[in-house]
Amino acid sequence: MPISRGKLLGLQILVAVGVFAFWHVVTNWSVVGDVKTMRFFFSTPYDVIVRVFSMFMEGSVYRHLWITLVETILAFVIGASLGIVIGFWFARKPLVAAVFDPYVKMMNALPRVVLAPIFALWFGLGIWSKVWLGVTLVFFIVFFNVYQGVREVPQVVLANARMLGMNERQLLRHVYWPAALAWVFSSLHTSVGFAVVGAVVGEYLGSAAGLGYLIHQAEGVFDVTGVFAGMVILMGFVMLIDGIVTLVEKPLLVWKPGETKTV
Amino acid sequence: MSTAVHLKGVSVAYALAGGGKYEAVQPVDLSVRDGEFVALLGPTGCGKSTLLNIAAGLMAPSSGTCDIFGERLSGLNAKAGYLFQQDALMPWKTAEDNVAIGLEVAGASRREAHEKARAMLAKVGLSAFGDRYPHQLSGGQKKRVALAQVLVREPKILLMDEPFGPLDAQTRLIMSELLLDLWQQDRKAVMFVTHDLDEAIALSDRVVVMSAGPASRFIGEFTVHLPRPRDIAEVRAEPAFHRLHAEIWSCLRDEVRKTYGLPGKAGAEQGAV
Repeated sequence: MPISRGKLLGLQILVAVGVFAFWHVVTNWSVVGDVKTMRFFFSTPYDVIVRVFSMFMEGSVYRHLWITLVETILAFVIGASLGIVIGFWFARKPLVAAVFDPYVKMMNALPRVVLAPIFALWFGLGIWSKVWLGVTLVFFIVFFNVYQGVREVPQVVLANARMLGMNERQLLRHVYWPAALAWVFSSLHTSVGFAVVGAVVGEYLGSAAGLGYLIHQAEGVFDVTGVFAGMVILMGFVMLIDGIVTLVEKPLLVWKPGETKTV
Repeated sequence: MSTAVHLKGVSVAYALAGGGKYEAVQPVDLSVRDGEFVALLGPTGCGKSTLLNIAAGLMAPSSGTCDIFGERLSGLNAKAGYLFQQDALMPWKTAEDNVAIGLEVAGASRREAHEKARAMLAKVGLSAFGDRYPHQLSGGQKKRVALAQVLVREPKILLMDEPFGPLDAQTRLIMSELLLDLWQQDRKAVMFVTHDLDEAIALSDRVVVMSAGPASRFIGEFTVHLPRPRDIAEVRAEPAFHRLHAEIWSCLRDEVRKTYGLPGKAGAEQGAV
């Protein structure tokens, strides 16, 4: 059933209003527990909004946002580039893929959080330890997608391209590359999301700036309002990046079959 | 006239997983003259497409040789254009780009390639659809783009693997008409694989019938003495068409029954393959 844009937006806002209303009620009246205790653990929506607002007004948050943004972009660019190159290499060289297969699986099974301290040791407390943490997350997503994309080009499309006179280099450019790119783009939201996760988790575990650092600082002094404010800013940041990704991918995936609309 | 395709003693066998081998096609000889339209007719799974792939150089025969205009074929057949049964267009390219790419990779300038592509799309009746992506086209339209993609490179030989098989009956008729029209303009050698008896007679100069697999072989060869240029709809009404149809069907019927595990039947019974 098609839903109009306005109606959808209205319903989505209604969900947010509901959540905030519930939060407001339980932290202002003793419905679930003592108001004072509830406020200590959950702050209040009003306080959180005021805090977010003041953070932007006094301008302290911009530096942290910028740092997290830079880490996210670097993690994504490096991770995606490595994923594309190595994914292509593995897909075109079955021996290499077979030899490295167990190691790739092992590396991917490792929870990345355990790498954070060692990366802090190797790359210092600056941005690079966070960037590399993000890279380890982004790389595998892009790598698996490129590998799959190159391997799953339909045989008949390949045979046709060969019969049209393409050599290996031309096949790479006109067949393998676009096929792989489609898979990269279909996973773009996930991989960009993971770049953010890498940056924030890295900051959280040891840094001097960034959104993860802000949240960690607030937590250290039981400033629940600060933690929630940091989370709200982080959510807005992720939504913004996701929106940009959507804008970027639309013209690039125009050839993909989507829903056909009747007028 | 020279010989465009000459298959000599070509056989095909596959190695089986548990050792031993599966003989798909017994040694066969087939030659297609330049400008001749030959239909390869046979029941499903008889190895007709395999022979086509050998002529295209997509597959090597287990024994025997394939000569293209007197030259031994090794690697891909650069003189041939191949129209596949399945959808083989590049989905990430528009119709025009799909047609132009064959010229571009051969070294033509982008402008020249696209001019020729547009002209060829007009010939197949798709001049208004150049900027569409394959998923925005119907099955028949995609087939036309594929035909344009093959013809724009002006191959000396056309290899067609049940190209109109997936289309509905009406679209098939229209496509056959279009193919004959285009072929009539500059006659290339054609190897046309089909399991449709009507289609084979209506289009070709010669029909070669294959037996059911495994170990299939040629079991009959019929020359089609119908005048050209032909009208696909009218040619089916001619008495000569019906005589040939009955003749080929009696040769083919038992083979088709074999494919479905039925015993051969003696009485002449007309029917479609």
